Amino acid sequence: MNTFLLEIVTPERIVFSEQVESLSVRGEEGELGILAGHVPLVTPLKVAPISVKSGNTRATLAVHGGFLEVQKDKVILLAEGAERSTDIDVERAKAARERAERRLNSQGNRDLVDHRRAELALQRAVTRINVSSHSKE
Amino acid sequence: MAKGIREIKRQIKSIQNTRQITKAMEMVAAAKLRRAQEKAQASRPYADKLREVVNGIAAGSQGIKHPMMVHRPVKKTAYIVITSDAGLAGGYNANILRATMDTIKANHASKADYGLFVIGRKGRDYFRRRELPIVAEVTELPDAPAFADIKSLAYAAVRSFEDEQYDEVYIAYNKFINAITQEPTITKLLPFEQPEAKVSEGTASYEYEPSPEEVLKVLLPKYAETIIYGAMLEGKASELGSKMTAMGNATKNASKLIGELTLTYNRARQAAITQEITEIVAGANAQN
Repeated sequence: MNTFLLEIVTPERIVFSEQVESLSVRGEEGELGILAGHVPLVTPLKVAPISVKSGNTRATLAVHGGFLEVQKDKVILLAEGAERSTDIDVERAKAARERAERRLNSQGNRDLVDHRRAELALQRAVTRINVSSHSKE
Repeated sequence: MAKGIREIKRQIKSIQNTRQITKAMEMVAAAKLRRAQEKAQASRPYADKLREVVNGIAAGSQGIKHPMMVHRPVKKTAYIVITSDAGLAGGYNANILRATMDTIKANHASKADYGLFVIGRKGRDYFRRRELPIVAEVTELPDAPAFADIKSLAYAAVRSFEDEQYDEVYIAYNKFINAITQEPTITKLLPFEQPEAKVSEGTASYEYEPSPEEVLKVLLPKYAETIIYGAMLEGKASELGSKMTAMGNATKNASKLIGELTLTYNRARQAAITQEITEIVAGANAQN
């Protein structure tokens, strides 16, 4: 099967740079599957797990907002944060989830910005938890 | 005389202690500087990529208007000023604060015409003492700051531009040239200049989902935040470079001072011995 180079870059470092066969992400408009030879594309991403397949191995990463650029022979994923499942601190993510849930419940819709922030925090926490539970299966 | 000698000796001891400390600080700064430089380097691919994509979109689709590219008549200006938390970094904070104040004085008549977003305790204290309008502040950044550390400030700055609270955003930081040279720099962050349309290179053939405008909407604020983060990393490297140089100089000065004092000490000691001998000889002569 054809492969392409996938690079996941955050402001802090390059998290991932490998040849992969397929990539599946959640874009603003819905789920996207990318294989080698995809049409050049740019799209923002949601806070969600992405999964990468190469050969028989399948890896899941937590990606926190960002966007995807598909070029002819490589794919670049720019994210504010990206973590491999092994780097995730599950306890912390669970605590963050609780915190975010509490905040969402307590203040309702009073402050839009804060509300949005808590929502994003919740999404990030849930993504982290999902990714790390995936890797254990 | 003997007391003078003891005092000089005590002084030498004290300076030796100071030198030990400055020397240690110099070495610590040197080690941290290396790490900060690596960090600044590591952040570059992200910024480069973002710029590439932004330019790609702008080049590929003419006539796109985005709030962050709109030049409005300037009524209010925001300054993001990057300083350090700790002192003992030579002219690092003084330089950037002076440059900022010069710009502000040259361009604004009243305090209502600008707002300050401050990173670092030194800058915050400075502006606070002068009762200048601080909008947001971040202090106590670690030596290797993460994007998350300044995200709220960057977000607030970018947001206030979008909301038309500010019509221009400048960023003031010390540009890192090398370990001994840092240059106070004030550059315009927003509004973005419309990049010139480059034809050819085949970059224009991207598909944008949902649309180029939508992608830009997500992208440009991120791009602005990334630039702020990059400036902050560079500021950190400058801070450590400046600290290293300052502490190096302090160590050198201490060594020089110790040299001089040792000389004075030896002279005084010798003078005391000579005097003692003269006294003994004079006493012996008197007995004959």
